[in-house]
Amino acid sequence: MAGNFLPAAKLTASGRPVLDSGEVECSLLSTVDLHSEDLLAFPLLKSGLLILTTHRLLWLSSDSNTPTAVYIPLSTIQHIFSTKKSIKSMFHSPRVRFQVSTTPEGHVSEKGLKSLVITLILRGKTDIDSFLGKFWDAWRGRAWETSGSATESGPGSGSREGSESLALKVPVVGVSGILRKEQEMWESTDKSLQDAFQDLNALMSKAKEMVVLAERMRLKLLSGSNNQTSETNDDDMGTKEEMQDWLLSVGIASPVTKESAGALYHQQLSRQLADFVKKPLERAGGMINLIDIYCLFNRARGTELISPDDLRQACSLWEKFDTPVMLRKFDSGVMVIQNKTHSDDEVFSRIRSLVLKPDALRTGISASDAAMTLGVAPAMAKEYLLAAEGKGFLCRDVSSDGFRFYINLFPEISPDDRYFVKDHGIYSMWISAVSFRLAFFTDYKEVGKSIFWTMTVDFMENKLPSGCQIYSEAYKIPELFFFL
Amino acid sequence: MQTLGEFKLPHFFNYPPYFTLQPVRDTREKQIQLWKELILDYCRTQKVFVIGLDEDFQLFSNPTIERSLSHEAREAFLSALVSEGRAEWLDKGHRKCLILWHRIQDWADLILHFVKENGLEDSVMTVEEIRSGVESRGTGKV
Repeated sequence: MAGNFLPAAKLTASGRPVLDSGEVECSLLSTVDLHSEDLLAFPLLKSGLLILTTHRLLWLSSDSNTPTAVYIPLSTIQHIFSTKKSIKSMFHSPRVRFQVSTTPEGHVSEKGLKSLVITLILRGKTDIDSFLGKFWDAWRGRAWETSGSATESGPGSGSREGSESLALKVPVVGVSGILRKEQEMWESTDKSLQDAFQDLNALMSKAKEMVVLAERMRLKLLSGSNNQTSETNDDDMGTKEEMQDWLLSVGIASPVTKESAGALYHQQLSRQLADFVKKPLERAGGMINLIDIYCLFNRARGTELISPDDLRQACSLWEKFDTPVMLRKFDSGVMVIQNKTHSDDEVFSRIRSLVLKPDALRTGISASDAAMTLGVAPAMAKEYLLAAEGKGFLCRDVSSDGFRFYINLFPEISPDDRYFVKDHGIYSMWISAVSFRLAFFTDYKEVGKSIFWTMTVDFMENKLPSGCQIYSEAYKIPELFFFL
Repeated sequence: MQTLGEFKLPHFFNYPPYFTLQPVRDTREKQIQLWKELILDYCRTQKVFVIGLDEDFQLFSNPTIERSLSHEAREAFLSALVSEGRAEWLDKGHRKCLILWHRIQDWADLILHFVKENGLEDSVMTVEEIRSGVESRGTGKV
C-alpha cells in the first residue's frame, strides 16, 4: 500500500536496513507516525521506527507480523519547514514537516513536477531539536551526490568518470609524465592522510577514503606477490593475511551508537551484532566464545566501542526477537554464542566415534585432540567433553599426563560378576585394544631345562582375533608372537 | 589375566578412569560399588585386616598403567565401606581402617561354631591359641 507512493526498503534477516555503499546512519527514533495531510490516499504509517541516514529517511514498522519498510531519498526533499513554537505545540507531540517532489501520480521522485508535504509525528521520548539539526545536516550534506550516484544514474556517472580520466591523461606523457603522476598521487595521498589526522570530524568523513586506500593496497600486495620469486613469498603471504584480517575487522561502516539510537541503543546493537556474528561463527566451527566476539566486534567498530555489559545485554535481547543465533551458558560458567540450529547430539556422536578408535581406547583423548577433530577452539572442545561426561558418555582420567577422557565403560561392567565380559560389546572391544601386544624377542638363555626370554613389548593395532595362547619353550630363535 | 599375589584382577583394573574419582553422580556410584567389592574380596583372600591410608596398599595402584588412587579417592571408597558397615575407622583422623570382610556378627558365629566343633566350651583360650593353635590349623580360618 505504501509502495505506491514510497519505495520499499530492503532489510537483513535480523530486521536491520541494508545500507548502500557510503550510507551512514545518523539518528534513530521510535514511535514515529508518517503521513501526508495533502493527499488523502497517502497511507498513514503509524508508530514505526524512523532511521535517518546520510542518503535516506527510512521508516520501519514495529509490527513483526507484517513487516513493512519504506524510504524517502533525501534527494527528493525540496524544503524542511522549521518548527513553530506555539501554545498548541506544547500539548501535541512534536511534528516535523518537509516538502518532497513527486510525480503526478504521487510517487516520490527526484525530478517530479508536483510536490507534497509529509509530516512526521514524533510520539516517543525524543529531543526534536537534535533530530532536526541532524536532519538539516544530512540533507545539506548531499552525500548522495558525492558517493558517485545511486543506481538510477549508473551509466551517466560511468561516462563522466571516463571523460575525467581522459582530461587528466592528455598533458602527462613519457617517463617523466608517469613519474610526475606517481608523485602527484603520493602527494595527494599524503595530504589526504594529514587532513584526516588533524581533525577527528574530518577523519570520520575521510573514513571512506581510507577504506578505499586499504583496498587498493591489498590489491597491490596481491598482484605484487604473484610476480615475485619464492624467497619473498612468505613475507608477502604474512602481510596479505594481515590485510585480510584487517579488512574483515573494518567491515562495519556505520556503527550503532548511543547518540544515534538513544533509548533503542541495545535493541539496534543487538540486531547489528546478530548480523555481524554470522561470519566469525562459521569460521570458528559453529560455536564461539563471548570474549572472542567482544574483541572481534569492537575491532570492527573501530571508534565507538561497546562495554562488556552492553554486549551481554545485546545477546540476552536476542531471545525477544527472531535471530538465528543464541547465547548459551555452560555449567562451568563459560558463555558462548552458537547457531540455533546447532545440535549437541551431533557433536556427541562425533566425539563418541573419536573415542572408540583403538588409540583413543588405549590412551583416551585430550581437549586438543577433540578440538582438532571437531574443528573448534580447544576451550570449546573442553566444554563439549565435559558436557559429554555429564551425560555419561565419557569418563575422566586425571594424572600427571594431564586431563584426558575415555569412553565410559562403567555401565558395561556387570555388577554381579566382575570378571564377566559380554561378546561383541564395547567392553570386549576395549579389552582387545589394550591387551594385544607385539612382543619382540631379542634374546634367550637356557638355564637348566628352562628357557629365559628377553623381550621388548609394544602396542599394536587391534586387528587380531581373540583367544591366542602363550607359546612356550619350543622357540629357540628370536621370533614374533602374540600373547594375551 | 593379571594377578596381585593370588588374587585375580578384573579387566577394568587396567582402565585409567577407574583410578580417578568420577565427578558425575551415576558414574561415581558405579565406581564406588566396584571398588567396595574389590577391596572386600581382596582383603578376604589375602587375609588383610587393616588398611592404612598413608601406606602403599598394593590394590590402590596399578604400575602397568601408571595410575594410583589419590588420598581423597581412597578415603571416599573406604568411607563408603564404613557406611555400609563392612569396615570401621580405627582412629578419628581416618588414617587406619579395619576391614570386616566377614561382618562382626559372622565372625562371632564362626568362633562359636569353631568352639562347638572342637568341644572347647567351658575352657579358656587365648586369642593366639584360637588363631594358630593346633585345632585351628587346617580349617582355613584366620
